[in-house]
Amino acid sequence: MELSVLWFILLTVLFIGFFFLEGFDYGVGILLPFLGKNDTERRIIINTIGPVWDGNEVWMITAGGAMFAAFPHVYATLFSGFYLALFLMLMALIGRGVAFEFRSKDENPTWRNTWDWLIFIGSVIPAVLWGVAVTNLIQGVPINAKMQYVGTFFDLLSPYTLVGGVAFLLVFIFHGALYLTLKTEGEMVKRARAVAVRTGILTAIFCLTLVGLTYINTDLFASTGAGVALWGAVALFVGAYGAVYSERYGAGFILSSLTVAFTTIAFFWGLFPRLMVSSLNPAWSLTIANAASTPYTLSIMTIAALALVPVVLVYQGWVYWIFRKRVTAKDLEY
Amino acid sequence: MEELLLSRWQFGITTIYHFLFVPLTLGLSLIVAILETIYVRTGNEMYKEQTKFWGKLFLINFAMGVVTGIVQEFHFGMNWSEYARFMGDIFGAPLAMEALTAFYLESVFLGLWIFGWDRLSKRMHAASMWIVALATNLSAFWILTANSFMQSPVGYVINNGRAEMTDFVALITNPYVFYQFPHTVLSGLVTAGFFVLAISAYHLIGKTHVEFFRASFKLGIIWTAVSLFLLMGSGHAQTQFIAKAQPMKLAAAEALWETANPAPFAVAAIIDEQNKTNSMEIKIPAMLSILANNNPNTPIRGIKDIEKEYIAVYGPGNYVPAVTPVFWSFRIMVAAGSVMLLVVAATGFFWWRGQLETKPWLLKAVLWSLPLPYIANSTGWFVAEGGRQPWIVFGLQKVEQAVSPSVGTISIWISLIGFTLVYAVLAAAAIYLVQKFVRQGPVETPAQAQMSKPAAKGATLWN
Repeated sequence: MELSVLWFILLTVLFIGFFFLEGFDYGVGILLPFLGKNDTERRIIINTIGPVWDGNEVWMITAGGAMFAAFPHVYATLFSGFYLALFLMLMALIGRGVAFEFRSKDENPTWRNTWDWLIFIGSVIPAVLWGVAVTNLIQGVPINAKMQYVGTFFDLLSPYTLVGGVAFLLVFIFHGALYLTLKTEGEMVKRARAVAVRTGILTAIFCLTLVGLTYINTDLFASTGAGVALWGAVALFVGAYGAVYSERYGAGFILSSLTVAFTTIAFFWGLFPRLMVSSLNPAWSLTIANAASTPYTLSIMTIAALALVPVVLVYQGWVYWIFRKRVTAKDLEY
Repeated sequence: MEELLLSRWQFGITTIYHFLFVPLTLGLSLIVAILETIYVRTGNEMYKEQTKFWGKLFLINFAMGVVTGIVQEFHFGMNWSEYARFMGDIFGAPLAMEALTAFYLESVFLGLWIFGWDRLSKRMHAASMWIVALATNLSAFWILTANSFMQSPVGYVINNGRAEMTDFVALITNPYVFYQFPHTVLSGLVTAGFFVLAISAYHLIGKTHVEFFRASFKLGIIWTAVSLFLLMGSGHAQTQFIAKAQPMKLAAAEALWETANPAPFAVAAIIDEQNKTNSMEIKIPAMLSILANNNPNTPIRGIKDIEKEYIAVYGPGNYVPAVTPVFWSFRIMVAAGSVMLLVVAATGFFWWRGQLETKPWLLKAVLWSLPLPYIANSTGWFVAEGGRQPWIVFGLQKVEQAVSPSVGTISIWISLIGFTLVYAVLAAAAIYLVQKFVRQGPVETPAQAQMSKPAAKGATLWN
């Protein structure tokens, strides 16, 4: 296999890891102000992701670093082209990251409320923006012959991409609610289930709209595999909904994780071998052929990635195992 | 070229801000790991409190370093897309390696450390902090490897209009990084040392938690004395290396316009960059030759001669960095280091004689010295980066060629103002928390806390 193909796959894997892990982190962050009726409950909710959220976020950092190393032109065009969107995302992630660390270090209710809302906003914004970004990549954005983005921030917002943003947001909320059903106890599980059941209908509607608009606006379905993966994601979501409705939370979470994974696979498969579609001229799209690093750099990176990613999976998985128990009020000693 | 100017300001502000937190993270992670190891080895509960007290301050600082670090990774693509295109084949690899080998380790094991007090054996818990500390310092190696290429490119070929890697081993064994990495890590150790000393001094002055802060002061003074000594040695070695590797940077840092043999060392100068001369200078004869090569009979090339050489090699253009700020940054760094040395020497002496606590003026001097390592860190990086101008990658790409062509002025104004404001607010919040916990001192163990006041103390979730 060509190394640039392998790196396209590895990048997809990193994004799957990122959306799967940060997906429920974002969901939990968004649900925080609504499911946590008092400070103790909010601390329980935060503690469900407390030990792991930072490690989860590294999946995004690594995906960014891998994009820089393997497809520098994509990194350059995407990051400079989506400048204001990424600025907004950075602001959100900065506020959110600091909020996790700072919110419980002072007992002033205003202090805690402020940080809690920053966790909420800092989770909503990236969730929406990633949906907008992914749908833009496949729909196509104005990229000229010199690989430069020639549009504005508002060119990124179209009915299709906004539906993409809302769909991602809703899927992550659902995913986060299911995570909470597994990591909390009693009343909180019921509340999380209620959220999943209530928002799930809306999520299904948006997902189906997204599939329809993807059919109209993009060539994703030209690839059979991508089309199957996208329909698979919808089917998995329906399965997840059924599972949470009948209170089989473990199965529900696995199915919602697969929903996220299949959605990611569908979009990357639909893109392949492109990474960013040019709406001006198909020949100007960034592909694994014209955007990649040299075979030498890719081979060095391949050795590193194949040696290290499995190790990361082992120790990160081990930490999840250590914190496998549900979080209760008794666990708030720290 | 307003975009260029604004992008440079944004990069400067966000990078210096980021590097306010990084050095403390590098050093304090090791100190916390050592304190916890002492606790595990001796079973002395006081060292558990030490671990928790310094660990809490470490976490506040770490969080700031992490979130401002994400901005750094995004910046190269957002504001410097042509740099990313030109350098991606080389620069991306160490950045990705940094994520794979270091970022995962530090964030996963830090999460384990914060929440794992009751779930891990004592040894495993201490090991977690060691892993965090080593990963953090490993991440410094990778990013400095990337920076070293920008200072002194190795193992590459120019092909297809970009720099392409031909030798990964050459990249990570770049001689430049073997001077820059120790100097940077040691500056982190010194920063953490002063942090521990200053906070310990604060409590020793107020005679609060005296036993506790005597112990931390003891560790701090030994730690700082050793690392400061090594730091200065490494700085001297690095300057001698730069004299050979980047003569223009040295000449600019010394405001040496004309080649001289022997070259004097200018203690201070009024620099006239327009006319390429110093209108006034206070100098020590032959000192620069001695410093740069341990030998007074060493010619040191001046800015004008080096510029001629660069014009011959790279074509017409301006190859002189902004001499005045580089010159003064270098002096401020060295002066800050010298004052630190003086403070540590005096404090060490009286501490060794057992008279430290009878000298409150000395303890106050230690406390007020806390800004010094931060000043030295920032000015030191200014010399390293400012002295490389106009290049972003030495000899290969100029800063003006690196800026994103697709990002407009308004966008950069929005982000520049946004980052600056948010960073200012966060700094205020972080300083508020740090001073609060510093004043509060070590907290009672959870068992004691529960007996005295059930909810309040236990409520610090992230302890």
